[in-house]
This record gives sequence, structure tokens and C-alpha cells, in this order.
Amino acid sequence: MVASSYGDRPKLLELLKEPVSEFQDFFLLAGRAYRNLLRRPHYWDDVFLQMDSIGVGSLVIVTLTGFFSGAVMALQMARALQTYGQVGRTGMLVSISLVRELGPVLSALMVAARNASGMASELGSMKVTEQIDAMRALGTDPVQKLVTPRLIATASMLPLLTTIADFVGMFGGWLIARFYLGIGSVQYWNSVWKILVWNDVLQGLLKPFIFANMIALVGCYYGLRTTGGTQGVGRSTTQAVVASGIMIFVLDLMLTQCFVYSAS
Amino acid sequence: MADLPVILRFDRVTVSFDGVAALEAVSFEAREGESRVIMGAAGSGKTVLLKTALGLVKPDSGKVFAFGKDLTGMREKELFEIRSRMGMLFQESALFDSLTIEENVAYPLLNQKAVHCPKREVHARVEQALEFVELAGTLAKFPSELSGGMRRRAAIARAVVTEPPLVLYDSPTAGLDPITAYTIMALLIKERDVSHTTTLMVTYRYQDGNLMAHFRYNSKQGGLEPAHNGAVQAPETVFMVLHEGRLIFEGSQDRLEASADPYVRKFVKPRN
Repeated sequence: MVASSYGDRPKLLELLKEPVSEFQDFFLLAGRAYRNLLRRPHYWDDVFLQMDSIGVGSLVIVTLTGFFSGAVMALQMARALQTYGQVGRTGMLVSISLVRELGPVLSALMVAARNASGMASELGSMKVTEQIDAMRALGTDPVQKLVTPRLIATASMLPLLTTIADFVGMFGGWLIARFYLGIGSVQYWNSVWKILVWNDVLQGLLKPFIFANMIALVGCYYGLRTTGGTQGVGRSTTQAVVASGIMIFVLDLMLTQCFVYSAS
Repeated sequence: MADLPVILRFDRVTVSFDGVAALEAVSFEAREGESRVIMGAAGSGKTVLLKTALGLVKPDSGKVFAFGKDLTGMREKELFEIRSRMGMLFQESALFDSLTIEENVAYPLLNQKAVHCPKREVHARVEQALEFVELAGTLAKFPSELSGGMRRRAAIARAVVTEPPLVLYDSPTAGLDPITAYTIMALLIKERDVSHTTTLMVTYRYQDGNLMAHFRYNSKQGGLEPAHNGAVQAPETVFMVLHEGRLIFEGSQDRLEASADPYVRKFVKPRN
């Protein structure tokens, strides 16, 4: 919407007020969550509980996603490489695409779908049943108790999950390469290994770390601003999944651009 | 009562959400040992008043003083010390779903820095608080395993386990059957009379206010008895009525019953 005349300015300001206020609230929450990393008390029990829930709980879906994306990549890439008579290089493409892009992005999407929604609904339910208020009334900072442990747990678990997804994906690619395309195991694993450089590994670990921070903060943010009873909890959950999903792609583009720029 | 110290003071407090006033220039003083019954229709600002008293909601204007300290300018960390001297029963009980009843009741003892309860004493104090509300056998249960009335009683135990001098109750009998509601009210009066706490109770049931004003806890018999049948009187009970965020009535039950205001009269029922 464009302000067509001077009189439209207040309307435009009204329209902008809410998103700007949300943006500000999000960054205030993020600031408080990061500040609490250095402040006592640290709720390590909650951190380990969340690590178990996010890390171990997401292992199966992330492994399956990695496996099938690796296998599909091998099939698709082999078809494309066949044109140039380079089917033997399938491992290279599987490896690069998994480590740089598919591993981080697909793992993050899975974790976002499972955990950003979980965080939003859990914190949202606590909000509408006044448990967040009770926590404050009983001497606990809800950000310190609820947000910071989820942030630490997601930020430490997602890079690990992504690493596992990458390896399982390469394994899926190997199954296709070995038994469907007839590529030798040594040739496949050599090409997988040799194409990777430190920049790829860094990219493959830094991306999930940044995605994880965003997923935890978005999930908690939508949970803590829930209003309107159970309907509101549902709305917050949907918003958290949609927002974190979109943000993963936006951040991925920005980070990839940074890595491409730094490599060149 | 006038010479007793003021525990809670609202000075022209206004709170609004999205431009709509939830409280409008509300002023009152609650003195030590006093009971206040706050009545009003849904959306009249009763819960907001209690949350403002706890410092959970910041006023747009005016000042809130608790135990002589101005809460309005305080940061969250500073408010924790003041809140440790207040107990609060939330409308929906607000017990933590993921914790057992024992962990819920122990929560303020373990997390309120100002309480100073040694860890070895926590279990005994939790048991004591749960015995007070007659829920001694529920330590290992989760809130979802209890009935609505039992959850409310467990929440009362959590609110009073630190023995705070000021206790705030938000609709303690809402949604409960008459027998359970009476049990809850008996517990509130017991807490008031045994621990001599200052009490603010939000309710829309006139009979709750009536019980609060005219009954006292008899520790020998272990039940309620009319307060005016001997030398011992019930602590002074002040009624307040809120209408659309404004405090339109403050005074004794006799004055409340004599009020000609049609809104106030809606809450008054004949005494039993």
C-alpha cells in the first residue's frame, strides 16, 4: 500500500505500527535470551531435557530426510551427469549439495516443523493458562527458564543432527550409486571425500547453528505472545512453523551469498 | 484498623490494553490483617488489579506501593523480592503441568531467593502446606490427575507455602460446585486466621464475600464458625466493586447492602 496523499500518512503509520512493534519485541526477546547465557541461574536440567527432546527426538525424522534426499540426489545427478559421461562423479555432487545446502536446510526445516511448533504450543499453552504469570510471580524469569534452555539446546543439537543427516544422505547416495548405477564403492567415497573443502564443512555447520538460533527464538516468541485460549495456541503454532520455514530460506540465501562472496 | 500499617496502596492507577482502559484511576489502601473482597462483572478489571498489585502488569499512570515500596519503577529482578512476600492464587490455578504437585508446591521455596529455605527442609514444608489444604496424599501426582477443586487446593498450598503476609486470590471458587467452593473458602479463611495474612479476594459470588466477612476459623473444632458470636471478631472485611475499570464502591458489607447503585445491587444477595 502506498500513501497517495498527506492524509493517508496516519493510516500507513497505523499499518506499520504492528509489524514494527513485533519486530522490536522479537529482538528484545532475543537480546534477553542471549544476555541470560551469561547470567545466573542456569537451568541445566532444562537444557538437557530440551537437548533430549530436540536432539534425540528429531533424530529419526532428520535421518530419514537425509537418507532419502541423498538417494534422490544420486538418482537425479547421475541422470544429468550421464549426458556428459561423468556418472562416476555422482558422489561429488551428492556430497557438495548435501553438505552445503540440503543437509542444513532440510534438517532445519524438519526441526522447525517438529520443535518450533512444539515450543510455540507448549509456551502458548503456558501463557493462556497463566503459568507464565505464575512463574514470574514465583520469582523466575520465564525467558531464563524457558527460552534460554531451548536456545542452547537447539543451537547445540541442530549442527549435530545436520552432520548425521549429511552422512546418512551420503550413505543413501552410495546405495543408489553402488546397486543401481554400478559405481564402485571406493570411487564413490573417494569422490565424496575429495570434493569437500574446509569452507564446505564450515558452511555446513555454521548454517544449522544460525538456523537453530532463529528456530528457537521464533518458536518461543510466538509461544510467549499467545493470546485467545486454545484457538490462540493453534494460531501461534502455525505462525511459528510458517515464519521459521520462511526464515530458513531467507537466511540460507543470505549466508550462501556471504560464503560465495568470501570464497571468491 | 486505621493505625495498622498499609500493606498495599493503589494511587490513581490506570492500566490500559490497546487503548482500552482495564483500570481507571483506581485508588485504595489495604492495611495489615485486612480482608478485601473485590467484586465486579467479567471484564471489569478484577484480575488486572491483582496482577498490577503483583507487578505483573505495569500501570500506564499512577503508583502501586506494596510493603511501602513503589513497584511502578522497579525492574523485574527487583520485583522478585517484593513478590516473595505475596502469594497468588491464579484463576485457572496455573499449576505447572510438567511438575508433580510436590514440585509445584516446592517451586517458590526453591526459586524465590528471598525465602531462604534450606533444601533439606523443603520436603517437610511442602508436606505441611499440602496437609493444610488436606491434600497430603498427592505429592507424586501431576496436576492433570487431580480434579478442579483439588488443583485449586494445591494452588493455594503453593501460594501460602512461603507464609507470605499478603495473599491474593483470583476467583478461588469459580467453576466449582457449592460443596467444593465452601471447602475452598474455608481454606482461605483458615489461612487468613491462622497466619494472620492480609487478603485480597476477587470473586463474583456474594456468598464468598459474606463468608469472608462473617466467619472465622475455629482451630479447636477445625472448621468455620460465625465470627460475631463471642469476643473474637473476624478481621475487618472491606468490599470493593469494580465497573469497567473504575472503583465505584469501597466500604463495609452493611454499606454495600445499603447501596442504591443499580450495578452494585446486582452483586448483593440476602444474607443466609
